[in-house]
Amino acid sequence: MSSSQSKPEDKPQETAGGSLYAAHKKVYPRSVSGVFATWRWVAVWLTQLVFYGMCWLPWNGRQAVLFDLVERKFYIFGLVFWPQDVFFLAILLIICAYALFLVTAIGGRLWCGYACPQTVYTEVFMWIECLIEGDRNARMKLDQSEFSGSKMIRRSAKYLCWGVLSLWTGFTLVGYFTPIKTLLQQVPTLNFGPWEFFWIFFYGAFAYLMAGHLREQVCKYMCPYARFQGVMFDPDTLVITYDVERGEPRGARSKKTDYRAQGFGTCVDCGLCVAVCPTGIDIRNGLQYECIGCAACIDACDQVMDKMSYPRGLIRYTTEHAMEKHWGWREILGHIVRPRVVIYTSILLLIIIGFVWGLATKPSLRVDIIRDRASLAREVDDGLIENVYRLQIMNVSENPQKYVLAVDGLEGISLDGATSIDVAPATTQAMTIQVRAPAEAGKKGSNPIYLDVKSTTDEKISVHEKTTFIQP
Amino acid sequence: MDFKITSDFVSNFWNLWVMVLVFGSILFCVVLLWSQSKAPNNAGQTTGHVWDETLEEYSNPLPNWWRWMFYLTIIFAIVYLALYPGFGNNPGKYGWTMRGQYEAEKAVAEEQFNQAYGPQLKMDVAAVAADPKAKEAGQRLFLTYCAQCHGADAKGAKGFPNLTDSDWLWGGSPETIKETILKGREAAMPAKGLKPDLNADQIKDLANFVRSLSGLAADSLRVQRGKELFAQACAACHGPEGKGNVGVAPNLSDKVWLYGSSEDTIIETITKGRQNRMPAFGEFLGESKVHLLAAYVYGLGGGVKPEAKVEAPAPAAEEKK
Repeated sequence: MSSSQSKPEDKPQETAGGSLYAAHKKVYPRSVSGVFATWRWVAVWLTQLVFYGMCWLPWNGRQAVLFDLVERKFYIFGLVFWPQDVFFLAILLIICAYALFLVTAIGGRLWCGYACPQTVYTEVFMWIECLIEGDRNARMKLDQSEFSGSKMIRRSAKYLCWGVLSLWTGFTLVGYFTPIKTLLQQVPTLNFGPWEFFWIFFYGAFAYLMAGHLREQVCKYMCPYARFQGVMFDPDTLVITYDVERGEPRGARSKKTDYRAQGFGTCVDCGLCVAVCPTGIDIRNGLQYECIGCAACIDACDQVMDKMSYPRGLIRYTTEHAMEKHWGWREILGHIVRPRVVIYTSILLLIIIGFVWGLATKPSLRVDIIRDRASLAREVDDGLIENVYRLQIMNVSENPQKYVLAVDGLEGISLDGATSIDVAPATTQAMTIQVRAPAEAGKKGSNPIYLDVKSTTDEKISVHEKTTFIQP
Repeated sequence: MDFKITSDFVSNFWNLWVMVLVFGSILFCVVLLWSQSKAPNNAGQTTGHVWDETLEEYSNPLPNWWRWMFYLTIIFAIVYLALYPGFGNNPGKYGWTMRGQYEAEKAVAEEQFNQAYGPQLKMDVAAVAADPKAKEAGQRLFLTYCAQCHGADAKGAKGFPNLTDSDWLWGGSPETIKETILKGREAAMPAKGLKPDLNADQIKDLANFVRSLSGLAADSLRVQRGKELFAQACAACHGPEGKGNVGVAPNLSDKVWLYGSSEDTIIETITKGRQNRMPAFGEFLGESKVHLLAAYVYGLGGGVKPEAKVEAPAPAAEEKK
């Protein structure tokens, strides 16, 4: 869906020398305020409150959200995920993928503009930069100025703030894998474990690099999202568009004159849409892969339109069809319900329902039966035949449990030896059991039998596990 | 164990071939990067190719930091090849080999094991059997190395003794158990005992007699005949009353049957003899682990308690005078 308008000019990477590689030209986005800028900040607050805050919440005497890699258990509030539950993780990722496809089909790069960590952290870091070094023009001047005491102070202050925020980010991320309160106690002496130490500084360094220095380079060159947006959009996707018919020909003019009589469109060529763009593009050239959909240009242009008393929306969210066919909002909204969207929504709903149902019915007891392989059966007193099994009893719940065992499936079958076992919370216990049956029961060779493991405290916690009994 | 690894190649050709290829590829990358960095870009223009009637590609410059990262990877490659194998046969400055890494990891594991269970080696087997941590380790070892034959519960199977009872073919004292595991055992019952000319009918008589020794149902007429045959063919090893001899021949008058108690099975035992083997685990596992295993087996309950030390009697009161 690339624009068929005029070829892009003024690409920031163009250099006079013309080599295959070009030095990075720094982008100085001007600060912007408006409806969409407010929404962006709401997204920043929401996502970061969750990220920085959730690891501090307690639950049942432990951290509420903890991915304990060493013990191989992931805790998410009341749910405990063992390695056997990795299926849920796969389903969760599929849900995220379909949700992304759905949202992008409807509203374009909403993820990129509002929720992506790269966007969120870049916003926060730029806000810090703006606070310390000033807005666009001040920053450009500072960069071009000679080295001086005040320049050094501003720079150092900025890098220091970035550094502290980056370290806290790395610290928080590691706090989801090692209890954060433990980490906090280790901070004064920097007495972290070796891997914690490594990851805190690794993540911190990358946060600093990505949000502080690389910024839009990630979106432009590293992230694949930009490149396959062409496949995710269709002519009914809401994208940020400059209304060429309304805006052209562009030109500066006095507010009091009749611009139509002068042969102008509504675009006053103030260049603010370019100045506020974090990737440094000109949206007037049409949909481009660099556009992350942050809608800063919409906010900037709307403000100018207000000042000129022109109607808002010279740059707005609209669709390709709407531009071609001059649709109003009713038609645009009507076209949101189309095959692609319906299919994504149905699949998404089905998978979410399946996921929630699976979580609700996750068993709190798991039993694995491993029968002796080499010594299959033996003869014991009274002419009975005995088979030996190793049981792995996994108490997934967070309460200690006592389980009782019972066998059935063959005439006269019984358990010899221990028939009950205590298992501590969230642990696996192994035990050996001997199952005896008369020599005449069943047939020669393999006979299916069942082992019942029941909790003595909760009737509902039980497992009916199948295994085999070998008659020699 | 030291293996000498010889190459299948008789000439140095392939070594040189690989070196040439590696050097050539890296050189090619360097030359390509350097030469193309001077190439002009056509910023804003397309490459000129058109696919599927409308698909075109811009020819815009790449950011400089990409180029520096390419150079970084080349430097990394050169450093890596100097330190690790890859440049033909060159072993690299660190001399890393798969086998070397394995040996190093094995040494670390053994060190950890020795730290954890070294002290137990100095205690005697009976004392180790009482240590719960050693008992758990012993159980884990047992399940790994012994359970295939003796069963996960150590109660054995046909041909593999029950380690939990008090019947011991080779001795049940802690030291003997350890010796069995360390050095293994070879059991051989000669076919037809000491009388190779026994016929099928006589063997049947013997089988009935042996069953009667344990109180199992047997043909009384055959038992009579079998008794005489037993004295000639079997008593030398199994004892005149079939009570057996530890280390020589099993006790035939108890309820423990290694191969089965049916008449047919006993006939088979006598007719063909029995050969059985417990492998030696000494060299394979090392003495520490065998020590733990011996303690575990002894701790299963059937082991023969070591004799209590007999105190010298108190001197008679008269001697004090």
